[in-house]
Amino acid sequence: MRYLPTRYFCLIAVLVTLALAFASRLVTNDYFFFAGYVVLQYVVMATAWNILGGYTGYVNFGTAGFFAIGAYSAVVLHKLIDPPLMVSIVVGGAMAGLVGLGMGYLTLRLRGVFFAIATLALAIVLQTLITNWDFVGGSRGVYIIRPETDPFGHPYIQYLFLLMLALSTVAVCIARAIEHSKLGYGLATIRDDELAAEAAGVPTLKLKVIATVLSGALMGMAGAPLPYYVTYLDPASGFNLAFAINSIAMPLIGGTSSWLGPVIGALLLATIQQVATVTISSALNLLLVGVILVVFVVAAPNGIVGLFERGVRARRRPAAKKEAA
Amino acid sequence: MSALLQVDKLGKRFGGFVALEAIDLDVAPGERVGLIGPNGSGKSTLVNCITGALRNESGSVHFDGKRLDGLPTHSRTRLGLARSFQLPKPFRSMTVAENLHVPALYTVNARHGQHLSHAQIDVRVEEVLTQVGLHEKADRRPRDLTQIEMRKLELARAMTAAPKLLIADEAMAGLSHSEIDDILALLVKLNEQGVTVILIEHIMRAVMSFSQRLVVLVAGRKIADGAPEDVVRNPEVVKAYIGE
Amino acid sequence: MLSLLVNAVVSGLLLGGFYAAVSVGVAISFGMLDIANLAHPAFIILGAFIAYILNTDFGIDPVLAGVLALPFFYLLGTAIYQVYYYSFERRGEEALRGLAFFFGILFITEVALILIFGVDYRFVTAPYIGPSIYIGDAELPLRMLVPFMVSLVMVGLLQLFLSKTFIGRAILAVSQDDLALKLMAIRPQRIKSIAFAISIATAALAGSCLIIIQPVEPSIGRDYIGRVFAIVVLGGMGSFPGMLTAAMLIGVMESLTATFYGPSWSPAVAFGFLLLTLAFRPAGLMGR
Repeated sequence: MRYLPTRYFCLIAVLVTLALAFASRLVTNDYFFFAGYVVLQYVVMATAWNILGGYTGYVNFGTAGFFAIGAYSAVVLHKLIDPPLMVSIVVGGAMAGLVGLGMGYLTLRLRGVFFAIATLALAIVLQTLITNWDFVGGSRGVYIIRPETDPFGHPYIQYLFLLMLALSTVAVCIARAIEHSKLGYGLATIRDDELAAEAAGVPTLKLKVIATVLSGALMGMAGAPLPYYVTYLDPASGFNLAFAINSIAMPLIGGTSSWLGPVIGALLLATIQQVATVTISSALNLLLVGVILVVFVVAAPNGIVGLFERGVRARRRPAAKKEAA
Repeated sequence: MSALLQVDKLGKRFGGFVALEAIDLDVAPGERVGLIGPNGSGKSTLVNCITGALRNESGSVHFDGKRLDGLPTHSRTRLGLARSFQLPKPFRSMTVAENLHVPALYTVNARHGQHLSHAQIDVRVEEVLTQVGLHEKADRRPRDLTQIEMRKLELARAMTAAPKLLIADEAMAGLSHSEIDDILALLVKLNEQGVTVILIEHIMRAVMSFSQRLVVLVAGRKIADGAPEDVVRNPEVVKAYIGE
Repeated sequence: MLSLLVNAVVSGLLLGGFYAAVSVGVAISFGMLDIANLAHPAFIILGAFIAYILNTDFGIDPVLAGVLALPFFYLLGTAIYQVYYYSFERRGEEALRGLAFFFGILFITEVALILIFGVDYRFVTAPYIGPSIYIGDAELPLRMLVPFMVSLVMVGLLQLFLSKTFIGRAILAVSQDDLALKLMAIRPQRIKSIAFAISIATAALAGSCLIIIQPVEPSIGRDYIGRVFAIVVLGGMGSFPGMLTAAMLIGVMESLTATFYGPSWSPAVAFGFLLLTLAFRPAGLMGR
């Protein structure tokens, strides 16, 4: 992607989204919307993870935790005041962002390894808290009634799909905006060499916290509609293994250096998994994801995008040699 | 004239090991100070304490009248205290030019009353690149640079931050005779432009020709501080370097 | 009430001893070699399942099974270190990929175990599982006492190994100063490989201890990640005495929590401890 000013990128993204939204009107098979929702949800999760992981170099293993904060915020709101879903999404995002802020201040002063371990700890602590909290159903779980139709009279699942589509666009635009901004430079220096970044005047703690809050908030927003999607939510599904591995595998497999990697990784892996769950067991499915992750991390550290770029560079070199000759 | 950098009784320990003991150091504006000492004497530790990469347990550091205790490194850089690293630490995912954009964006632009536009930053970066001789390599990545070019990039990055004081930490180690002269010339020119320089080095001829004042650190203690000709004749200094 | 408290503390101490066996591997790999092996709990669960198979199909005593598995886990550790070294340490890659690598291994192991064994709890049988001995008011279940003793022996032997043998001291040296070791004409990589292999080998024995104490199913590894790293960080990274103290502390805290607040809160104790430690005293109890 040669340098395209962010506002044009966002414009194109919005137009593409609108086109997809209208195209989806033509689909009559409900399954498309159910599957599509999951795929788009992972686009958001992968993109969100990458802001802190790929751009800043800090690994978050507790993505399931932030995601679940969104989901359970929605459950709490539903039980208290049953607001429109949009409100729950915003609140879910805000709560997750706040947790990111708190945890960030506590642990981001330390080496990246400690932050990563702390995120794991956070996810487990949250899961334990939720499991012991009867108001949201504890370990027994909670049932949410999915409305028949959305405010405009269409089947609710289509509404959920469109919301997630919009959220994906927002996430991708935010990621793209960061990439070419001053913030993006700062995050990249933190990833490349934190000591040198500080010496160059980069306020590393502040930027890391910003990235954590943004990343966490997006994940929380992705989680908020979940109760309405699954209609039965318990800690096991809210803190599902699949979220943990996928949010990390998708950006690492797709490529972490730009917004494109997580999108490719999410689209590819999520689609394969949706198809595969029909044919193979979900456990085997996840096993494959894990194996692919390890293979990529070891052999193709720059992901699919990186492999593609290497191929492009290899093809260009003979031409350069000719010029030099 | 009050000192630009004032280090008072600075002490640093690592567990039971005393790395620095009661170091006093004053550097006046515009001075060229050389800091020498055997390996492990604490030179880099001192730099790290001054710049905030490490926290000293005792003593204090004042810069430009301000007390630096507890200030994070990036704040100190913004105050005008820059350093280059002994082992070059370039930002590998960026081009050489982009490496210099960082201090321009985050240090220069962070100072009160200063705001360079993108165009102005580009100009400034080009200026510095030309000064250090990296102009041709502006669009290359650090992995394409030679050793000396990496050293120059280190210095260039510190220079872009428009410092009042630059600490050059062993910028010349392992370089050839002419390469050393290159870096020396660079530092002298910087000093002529008003930048105070602390040169940490092992290469004696460079230190001797550059320094107006020489400070010697041995086993965490300052054992000499004065004119270079006097210091090198100081018996304790001779003992530290050559033995009894 | 007092007897409840006493018993909680006693079983906490016994548990803590066992936790030391679980954590000693990470004390070596993370505390000394600076390799954040998140997958260590997975190897412990693997060890537990191997003990299960050997016990159920061949009637072998679980502790013996653990000892028999030691050499195989050692080899496994060597293999994993090779991959880790060539993929990450040598290239000087960002820590990100190394962490993702181990996380992937953790994940793969758990899911593979689910595929092979399912999600049911498995347990072993041995003459010391069931009976207890009594000291005054305190009950010491043998199924906890035996692993406690095995753990202490293992940690003690390792401590002796590290301080008395040449290779052991080389390991301590490499954890502090790579360069000095090179100057002694020893390849640090060889030493690190041995150290890492040892750390994985400990999982074999720790795993069999685990399944003696409680029934095991594949996903309980996740509970141990926080515990293990909490113990190692609290204990001051490479220090064995520190780790032992931290393990006892966490064991007792968990036991008290389980007794007075209910067992469903236990996982949070260690993790909560970890978060607090990282936030306020990352150098641990016996800070370096």
